[in-house]
Amino acid sequence: MLKKLCKKAFPKALWVYHTNCAACNGCDIEIINVLTPYYDAERFGIKLVGSPRHADVLLVTGGVSRQIAPAVKRLYNATPNPKLVFAIGSCACGGDVFFDSYNMYGAVDKAIPVDYYVPGCPPRPEAILYGVGVALGLLPKKVSKKVKSDFPEFQELDEPMILPKEH
Amino acid sequence: MFKSKIKEAAICFSNLRVTLPYPFGNGAEIPEGFRGKLDIDETKCIGCGGCANVCPSRLIRFYDDGDQTRMEFILDRCTYCGRCEEVCPEEAINMTIEFETSTNDKTDLYIEQDLYMATCARCGRCFEIENSIDKIPTRRLRQGRNFLGDCMPSGAPPQREEDKK
Repeated sequence: MLKKLCKKAFPKALWVYHTNCAACNGCDIEIINVLTPYYDAERFGIKLVGSPRHADVLLVTGGVSRQIAPAVKRLYNATPNPKLVFAIGSCACGGDVFFDSYNMYGAVDKAIPVDYYVPGCPPRPEAILYGVGVALGLLPKKVSKKVKSDFPEFQELDEPMILPKEH
Repeated sequence: MFKSKIKEAAICFSNLRVTLPYPFGNGAEIPEGFRGKLDIDETKCIGCGGCANVCPSRLIRFYDDGDQTRMEFILDRCTYCGRCEEVCPEEAINMTIEFETSTNDKTDLYIEQDLYMATCARCGRCFEIENSIDKIPTRRLRQGRNFLGDCMPSGAPPQREEDKK
């Protein structure tokens, strides 16, 4: 469903606008790495633009601090519809070690709606390319929620296997 | 570092195309020692909570409920520092080389695990088994740690006064 919508909404090149909310610059270096000829994201029509008004995609790195939160909201509103938001790096996905700091809003999805998450600290350039591939519908998603139980057969028993106290 | 420079030069001179065919083709080349998404082996874990103690982003949570312990891993804020792997006494946690973790749903980066803790059949408390031979059945069958009478292993807590009556 989302793939079809993506294909319909973004049939041609994606123009990205890159913003650093409160990142340590690690993720930004990796994003620049993706745009170099070695990884070459321009194969997929990805191009860095200088204004959010020209952009289809926002690449957001770093957790959202209190100071930057209104600016990020304005940035989101300035981007024309339809738009995608990529949260790149662990700070943007879940807040990293700063998730409950007094000066942080938290992850990016607390300020603006996020479509795709690329975790990693920082993510490998391949990981960012993989995220782009998932968004474009070229590649399948590999992770899924895991709920493990130690020994599920114990849950199916009516009575717990405990020996009687008097022997 | 000098080696990598030579490698780079070799790539530049040998082939006019330097672009990695990554999303298609053979996949990525991962350097040795790379730490990716963490994975936990639930058959090895003893529920000691050491990983939760050292995790800098506090993504590992423990809920202790008598003979059952629930562990939660919220991997979206993992720093990939590998300290949990370092501290784990049973080597249950290992950092895999999996980096393709991009997703459109945050709940995909979540692991939950239930552990049945060993409790003494007499006093109902958790205990540690010192003898490694006695440990063997408990690894596969934690409820089998219920011992009575003379079968009580040496590491079990002493019998309480109210149980004796």
